[in-house]
Amino acid sequence: MNSFEALRDPKLCKDVLAKIEEAMQGQSLRFMEVCGTHTVALFRSGVHSLLPKSVVHLTGPGCPVCVTHESEVAAYLELAGRSDVIIATFGDLMRVPGPGGASLKKAQAEGARVEVVYSPFDALAVAEANPGDKVVFLGIGFETTAPTVAATVRQAKERGLGNFFVMPFHKLVPPALDALLSDPDMAVEGFMLPGHVSAMIGLEPYRPLAEKYGIPSVVAGFEPLDLLQAILLMAEMKRQGKPMVVNNYKRVVADGGNPKARAILYEVYTPGDALWRGIGMIPGSGLVMSDAYKAFDAFEALGVTLKESKPLPGCRCGEVLKGIMPPNKCPLFAKACTPATPVGPCMVSTEGSCAAYHKYQLDLA
Amino acid sequence: MGNKLLLDQGSGGLASHRLVADVFFRHLGNSILERMDDAALIRPKGPLAVSTDSFTVDPIFFPGGDIGALAVHGTVNDVAMLGARPLYLTCGFILEEGFDMDDLERIVASMGLAARKAGVKVVAGDTKVVPRGAADKIFINTTGIGEVVAKTAPSGHRAKPGDAVIVSGSLGDHGLTVLSHRQGLSFEAPVQSDCASLNHLTLKLIKGLPSVHVLRDPTRGGLATTINEIAQQSGVGIALEEEAIPVKPVVASGCEILGLDPLYLANEGKIICVLPEKHAAKALTIMRRDPLGRDARVIGRVTQENPGKVVLRTGLGGHRLLGMLEGEQLPRIC
Repeated sequence: MNSFEALRDPKLCKDVLAKIEEAMQGQSLRFMEVCGTHTVALFRSGVHSLLPKSVVHLTGPGCPVCVTHESEVAAYLELAGRSDVIIATFGDLMRVPGPGGASLKKAQAEGARVEVVYSPFDALAVAEANPGDKVVFLGIGFETTAPTVAATVRQAKERGLGNFFVMPFHKLVPPALDALLSDPDMAVEGFMLPGHVSAMIGLEPYRPLAEKYGIPSVVAGFEPLDLLQAILLMAEMKRQGKPMVVNNYKRVVADGGNPKARAILYEVYTPGDALWRGIGMIPGSGLVMSDAYKAFDAFEALGVTLKESKPLPGCRCGEVLKGIMPPNKCPLFAKACTPATPVGPCMVSTEGSCAAYHKYQLDLA
Repeated sequence: MGNKLLLDQGSGGLASHRLVADVFFRHLGNSILERMDDAALIRPKGPLAVSTDSFTVDPIFFPGGDIGALAVHGTVNDVAMLGARPLYLTCGFILEEGFDMDDLERIVASMGLAARKAGVKVVAGDTKVVPRGAADKIFINTTGIGEVVAKTAPSGHRAKPGDAVIVSGSLGDHGLTVLSHRQGLSFEAPVQSDCASLNHLTLKLIKGLPSVHVLRDPTRGGLATTINEIAQQSGVGIALEEEAIPVKPVVASGCEILGLDPLYLANEGKIICVLPEKHAAKALTIMRRDPLGRDARVIGRVTQENPGKVVLRTGLGGHRLLGMLEGEQLPRIC
């Protein structure tokens, strides 16, 4: 058995499940997985259906599409409507509903030029192939994707590209966790920390949270054994009353993260305030273009501003993102809001918590 | 660069006749087609199975096939899934002005080869050339006609609790091949399309087994969507074993990179067969003797529980819903 197979081995997983049962000893654990990929992994692997009832799983604000604010969606849709603009985006955003049910998919059908790319570097090629147009890459994603976007911007500068821009909608995870934990309604007792984000930022940014709020936190991978071990570690720390930040994904995440990627990130961007869908403004939780790269900022260069926009009526994604309400308790879930008729992005994104519940949970859909 | 197709060649005049004679008759010709009457005279013995499909794949050439072979295999397979012997095809071409003539010839030659292998004749056709930009290179529509051989034609409505569910081989090969070779995508998986006509294999199943309830080819939407259709059409539950579902490692890892699920990717040379459990072993023997069914496996069973739904039992012994595909699969952010 190679190490990869071992991470999916039913026997090893069952052993850890038994240890979780043992560690629970009458206590309960409300843990939140911060990352959308964890949400999907928990369901897809069947781990979710095997957990003891005393382990309550809450989905968090870790799907970059889901936390993109309504006003940010409105802003890029406004740009998509301009005849000299080509929007370059990852596919996740195509169906995200904006004001009045608009979306990139609908805009494309109405004539907007939208290119789905698999890497931000592909957007540079689009800009080079269309010198008479302005190519705007939608910079959505956490610390995981932001360094690649930053490297793309740096390369655009090196190549002297004057028609490539980025909408910097990136979000940073630790300030959001701080904001969530300071909410008195929040009842999370453990964090399954995001593997990919942590590969960039390392463990340090989480330590003040563990100290301030006394919350067990485990950086986890995405295989079944990774998920189960993280839950076991949280349960044990809670029982022992020794909350710490543990790196249980050492095969990918160095404790110090990736300093090289961070250097590129903070050459192009500086931290700034950001709007989170369903949560609102979180100080220092976003990235804005640094002075040296302002020419590539779509807001500055193309005269776009974020306008106040009303939340979608009835949508409770905010409470879902905070872990206060499980997706299926939202009054719209599987009724007015389905993957075919999504009211909010949590039902659109492949990593959205509502979409995951709807797609995978047998007794809810 | 070879010659380019001109608008004249779709005009119906002499240029069109030359195109038909030089390209289409040369590769697809037979005594019925070459009569050039307004319609083909055929004498099948009913009941008949009829199916039509349009092909607009991008890229038009991909490892393991091309749009022409696909246009034959796809319709032959749809007819075959009713327990029929496909006999005749019609094909309509919509071509973009400026299309490369060498590419057209290569595609038509590929159709001719695929038709001969499947044992079907192209008996009627149509060609239109539209101005540049009005179509994307080449669109092909094919209609297939076949004689139903099975006593009771297999149908998505006939799955019954207690039936076994079999697939004829690995899933997702075609979908990943096409996606990974799509223009502008830097990722190219070392995998090729499974594009093939399945009619010889389905006939062996129909003739060799007393009862086949369902035959379906899981094309667009993949296994997950097709198996959901069967569950809904028949009003039954279907329980699948994740571990038993064959997916090549290269497809699994390619999907992981792109954030796709192989169970939703298109297949163009695979069969889903649902039949009474007691005949499953014989069905596997028949399939595995054929190169197109070499990797056939039982992947699940039909149940009374959860009617209309498909439940996947994961490798860990957990379970989850396996729903239909909503829209198209798109790559994720992280």
